[in-house]
Amino acid sequence: MKYIDDFRDPATAKALIERIRRDAGDAPVRLMEVCGTHTVAIARGGIRPLLSGAVTMLSGPGCPVCVTPDGYIDAAIALGRDRGALLASFGDMLRVPGKSSSLEKEKGTGLEVRVVYSPLDAVTLAAATPDREVVFLGVGFETTAPAIGGAIKTAAVRGVRNFSVLSSVRTIPEAMGVLASDPDVRIEGFLCPAHVSVVIGTDAYRPVAETYGIPCVVAGFEPLDILLGISMLLRQKKEGVARVENEYSRVATSSGNRKAQELIRDVFVPCDTGWRGIGVIPGSGLRIADRYAPFDAEKKLGIPVVFAQEKTACRCGDVLKGKILPVDCPLFGKACVPEEPYGPCMVSSEGSCAAYYKYGAL
Amino acid sequence: MHDKILLSHGEGGKRTRDLIAKVIARYFDNPVLSPFFDAGLLGRIEGEIAFTTDGYVVTPPFFPGGDIGRLAVCGTVNDLAVCGAKAVAMSCGLILEEGLSMEILERALAAMRDAAKEAGVTIACGDTKVVERGKGDGIFITTAGVGVSVDGWRPAPSGIRPGDRILLTGTMGDHQVAVLIARRNLAIDAPVLSDVAPLSGLLLPLLPRFAGKVRFMRDPTRGGVGVTLNEMASAANARFVLDEGLLPVRESVRGVCEILGFDPLYLANEGKAVLIVAADAADPIVAALREHPYGREAAIIGEVQEGGSGVRMRTLAGGVRAVDYPVGDQLPRIC
Repeated sequence: MKYIDDFRDPATAKALIERIRRDAGDAPVRLMEVCGTHTVAIARGGIRPLLSGAVTMLSGPGCPVCVTPDGYIDAAIALGRDRGALLASFGDMLRVPGKSSSLEKEKGTGLEVRVVYSPLDAVTLAAATPDREVVFLGVGFETTAPAIGGAIKTAAVRGVRNFSVLSSVRTIPEAMGVLASDPDVRIEGFLCPAHVSVVIGTDAYRPVAETYGIPCVVAGFEPLDILLGISMLLRQKKEGVARVENEYSRVATSSGNRKAQELIRDVFVPCDTGWRGIGVIPGSGLRIADRYAPFDAEKKLGIPVVFAQEKTACRCGDVLKGKILPVDCPLFGKACVPEEPYGPCMVSSEGSCAAYYKYGAL
Repeated sequence: MHDKILLSHGEGGKRTRDLIAKVIARYFDNPVLSPFFDAGLLGRIEGEIAFTTDGYVVTPPFFPGGDIGRLAVCGTVNDLAVCGAKAVAMSCGLILEEGLSMEILERALAAMRDAAKEAGVTIACGDTKVVERGKGDGIFITTAGVGVSVDGWRPAPSGIRPGDRILLTGTMGDHQVAVLIARRNLAIDAPVLSDVAPLSGLLLPLLPRFAGKVRFMRDPTRGGVGVTLNEMASAANARFVLDEGLLPVRESVRGVCEILGFDPLYLANEGKAVLIVAADAADPIVAALREHPYGREAAIIGEVQEGGSGVRMRTLAGGVRAVDYPVGDQLPRIC
């Protein structure tokens, strides 16, 4: 564990912050941390105020709960209510608002929702309750996709026929491409996610860096990882280059985890999908491949996820796109607080609004 | 005797009597309880009385480093101890689910007996109910405890002053992580033991020895140190500032938290106390705590500062952030 302590050394942090401030120039540099875990780590480390005036860190769309559209929640509720399915979900999803309700509220009135810690637990649950269809709410990015795919394959091998997945799996580079090309957002560098990169490899960001000329650095989640990643982004900007660099080389490689990638390719097929607050991003979703159709809850139970761009006062979409900071949303901290969230960014433990609210109020 | 709890064990007839006489009395034999009057007659108690109650519903009932029986005694002893009171007598209410194995019940009773002996408290009265299968969770225990204030000390958040130090008697989160691992649904193996322990022997001698220097004490159980400090700061209308680098966390607990995305600050402890003490007594009090087996890793974790209220943290990166109440339980991150 001393190894981890090396990534938390206060003296090194101080030196890095000084270097960042030196390299930043006059106007604050607009960098985006794509991943929700980075958002939380930045908030927990009290890093944002330390960079004030030099770097503006924008929170990106990399919180799986935040970008799940309300139509998905509505479909999940319908699967339980209208099809009698037993829902198995990660706990984070329970309080996410759908159009008119949430899984937590429905659970209070009799909808059966079990919190599980891995997709495989849902297969075990299905095997133990053969008279009920168990639907796993498969939400996540490239990090969770192999585990969801593995659960589907396990159910197929074991002959667990009452198990299916309502897939809402997304891929990050496509969303980064959309934000990179948005003139309103003006991102000058991406701090790329650590866990996702371990799966997809750092080369996956090359199209973003090369097509849009935006520097990319893959960084770990420790305070020094983040500060070093930011410093590397500023160095690229200073040198006028835009390439992919890897601060997280102790775990992530250029080509990623090939086994996990094969598993994803076997079970899923890329598709267009809707992101809450952002809209439909071509090729950014993973639907279940036809050969695994018996495990696709949408097809099996006939309740599709309908995506419609919601029009509400909630500005989670602009937060997810880096157009505004959470504190700029008129609902933040007033109509929208963690106990009574209006939008998903306030629900998830990885949501940027929740992180600002929880760690920011000084 | 049957090897499982039956509904008839709770119906008041011969089986109930047998359960009490042949099982429970074997563990809780003492002059106050054993006559089995309708109340335990405690005799005269001198001093200021403290009174507390709690319910214990932990799943699973046995976990590395402890069990529901030890938890039930220590929880009540500690609630009294942080109010400056030595536990004198406590009750034991058992709610048993039909089908519970007699062996589990006896292990829990033995643990209660041993913890009560360690804390010097008499189990003075009790009650046993049996609920139908499916209507309980094996075994629930409720306790109430009576204690006597030591040295006339009373918790006094109003006495907290800027400059006072915040002390923690040991590492954070051991209990909750041990229980999480014991539930087996995280597929994590880590050598973590619950810290469940009676703290009267650790805390109460401090009060006469450092008269007037210990301002306030709390045991950071559910919600952990983070919630407890928020409640203490609110009671004192004071600003607490923690130092991230000083927070004691066992390496194995930290490892589990890293994997799951948990913050040890909000994980439950069952053998730790937070103390607010006068600045000039902080080092000697830490030294005194470290002399006791349950205080070996005691540390100063922060201080009370001027201005405002609430809890802040000086981070390792050199920043400052809020330490707020969490909303709901901590859940493992999705990715």
